[in-house]
Amino acid sequence: MNALINWLDDRTGFKKLMHEALYENIPGGARWRYVWGSTLVFTFSIQVITGLFLWTAYSPSTTTAWESVYYIQNHMQYGWLVRGLHHFSAQAMTVLLALHLMQVVIDGAYKAPREINFWLGLILMQIVLGLGLTGYLLPWDQKGYYATQVSTKIMGATPVVGSQLQQLAQGGPEYGHHTLTRFFAMHAGILPGTLIAFLVLHIAVFRRHGITVPDPDRAPAATFWPDQVLKDAVACLAVLGTVLTLTIWKGAELAAPADPSEAYSAARPEWYFLFLFQFLRFTWVEKLGIPFGAIYVPGALMAILAALPIIGRWRAGHVLNVLFMMVMMLGIVGLTGLALYNDTNDPDFQASVKQAHVEAIRVEELAERPAGIPLEGAVSLLRNDPKTQGPRLFARNCAPCHRYNGHDATGHEVVKIVEKEKHGPKERIVENPTATDLGNFGSPEWIKSVITDFKGTFAALENVKDKEGNVAESSKHFLEGEMASWSTSHAQHWRVKENEQALSDLVAFLHSQSQRRGIPGISDEAPKRGRQIFETGKLPVGKFETNCIDCHSLHPIGEDMLLGEIGAGPTLTNYGGERWLREFLTNPGHEKYYGSNNAMPAFGGRLLDKELDLLVRWMVGDYD
Amino acid sequence: MSQPHLELHEHPPGEPRRGFMTHILAAGIGLLVGTVPAFAGLAFFLDPIMRKKKSGSGDGFLKMPVTLEALEINGQPQLVKIIMDRVDAWNTYLNQPVGSVYLRRTDTDKVVAFNSICPHLGCMVDYKAADKNYFCPCHTSTFDEDGEMQNDIPPRGLDTLKVEIRNGTEVWVKFQNFRATTPDKIPVG
Repeated sequence: MNALINWLDDRTGFKKLMHEALYENIPGGARWRYVWGSTLVFTFSIQVITGLFLWTAYSPSTTTAWESVYYIQNHMQYGWLVRGLHHFSAQAMTVLLALHLMQVVIDGAYKAPREINFWLGLILMQIVLGLGLTGYLLPWDQKGYYATQVSTKIMGATPVVGSQLQQLAQGGPEYGHHTLTRFFAMHAGILPGTLIAFLVLHIAVFRRHGITVPDPDRAPAATFWPDQVLKDAVACLAVLGTVLTLTIWKGAELAAPADPSEAYSAARPEWYFLFLFQFLRFTWVEKLGIPFGAIYVPGALMAILAALPIIGRWRAGHVLNVLFMMVMMLGIVGLTGLALYNDTNDPDFQASVKQAHVEAIRVEELAERPAGIPLEGAVSLLRNDPKTQGPRLFARNCAPCHRYNGHDATGHEVVKIVEKEKHGPKERIVENPTATDLGNFGSPEWIKSVITDFKGTFAALENVKDKEGNVAESSKHFLEGEMASWSTSHAQHWRVKENEQALSDLVAFLHSQSQRRGIPGISDEAPKRGRQIFETGKLPVGKFETNCIDCHSLHPIGEDMLLGEIGAGPTLTNYGGERWLREFLTNPGHEKYYGSNNAMPAFGGRLLDKELDLLVRWMVGDYD
Repeated sequence: MSQPHLELHEHPPGEPRRGFMTHILAAGIGLLVGTVPAFAGLAFFLDPIMRKKKSGSGDGFLKMPVTLEALEINGQPQLVKIIMDRVDAWNTYLNQPVGSVYLRRTDTDKVVAFNSICPHLGCMVDYKAADKNYFCPCHTSTFDEDGEMQNDIPPRGLDTLKVEIRNGTEVWVKFQNFRATTPDKIPVG
């Protein structure tokens, strides 16, 4: 064994190398404050290892990036673990980087003769931030897509060469396949390669000057192995423990696949860039323009950082440097805190986060179906999904007047943001609905409410005002029309106990006509009895003065005969069902529906057929 | 910098011998933190061979596009393309050609099916009507009408597939691929 070691040593000199590596002298003994550099090397190793393995399963293109990450996360063994380690180690690295920098500044380790090494460290910091930025886009989910859009737009705001820079980064004027291939090449090749080169220099120069010891007489000198190694290893274990805990507890997030046609109001940069995000949001920064906040100020901070070794030459320089460091860190922490505070107290943002979460779960649910993910990518699963598109279409087209269980169907309140003066404070005013809440449209409760309390059901119409501030004529037509007075004058019948069942039968009949999924069939007893009431108006106690079929027409399912006549009141054929709703939305002013009483816009020309189909199917619950 | 010592395990002079535990702990924890990500990555990488096969619906039999009547008893074998849904990671491709089989009727109610892939090295065999045998253009493997080897080039005869006649006229085949080069018939995947 010894002979072999000596033979190898003669040819490589590895013993000397090992010795230098392991028996570096540490005056004053091993200390916890020296661990930061090692933890950074450790986290970088995790990134290289997990990154290479993720590479074996990642596919960078706009139709496969999200899909391959989804597959890694949910279908490959330990994919969640490898991706989680990579995801959270990246964040740990940023924290450790900040701690390492602070320790270096506080201990004065940047001062002569270690200036070069300090600068090498700053370069390494830029590379690590670059890795974080490029990695954020690679899953091609809504979150990464919209956050990175901001970064590349900032790039585009660079004076003189902005547009060219942006196009080079994106691989074209817009995001596409080449944005991913370029970001991936940067993330997995160019940046780590450069990082390794600078890391070698950084460690070599560090070893040349040795460790910066604040008080060498504190304890007897020690060597790197095993004393400092033990402390470093324990620190690395703590980092690994934290990263593993986050992986198991939280897991690496994967938002819904990127969709350039769908705004994403939950977009935020990765948390360690939040301070910059918050800074750019200040009105006074906004006024000074994007390059000021996003390029000049961070640039100036970096320039001051780079100048620390020079400033440190003065007697008071070091104190000034430490002070600068502290103020900067406090500023970053403060801005990050402010950003988080603002977001927590922003109901619109919170609603967006919730909606994003719902969509992220939904797309995975759809991808698990036997048909798998279509070739055009998982984004098409959501685009063709009534459960996802319905609320979005409702929010865009219906929510200006209607509500859906009090909100706009996507969980957002319908608000108006008022700016009293230009760039002045913004006020958020919740708007009153001017038409009925459709959260339970077509349900038995809805039908019952229309019959027994017509005015109450449509009371939101009172919010429509004319120029003088009075309830608009169109609303009055509706709220004081025939159905309204019928509902009021017949209310007495429903107070009679014996008529309770009759009401529920009538509702069951109308409800069954919608042919919605999972509702009682028309042949059931209750709808049959309900139909009698619909036609004859006979109740156990009392009788309708005007029958339903005196105003409404209805073509019962599976029959040839039309009950009543088209014209007086809206037709109730397939009421609350797909066909009724589609035709009604296409033209509510048709004589079959509200006729001349109608005040609702026709959506026939406003929505594409496909959109109308998705909206209607969502409203009647026709989806899995 | 301290003067390098050339003996690897020698301790710097004048210092107390390090505690045994320090060495063990430093090496142990160091090893642990290094191996966790490596093992996680390795386990991830081994996914293709560790993956449990998803059990498909049904019995694996496919209905052939020819009926029993269309096949002449002891007539010329017919080559039939196998159309199946193919799953590739996250995508499912519907109705993809995945291979072909030779069908030959040997009796009123008996059909023999061969996978058209040569068991030698995976080329596709041709049926030569003139010679009444199956011939592989790659390395001249030859098989008779019953799929038996006619020379020593292939390791085994053509791979027969299970056939069922359903509803009197429908021909159903359980399509499978088998490993090449082995004397035994071993299913792939």
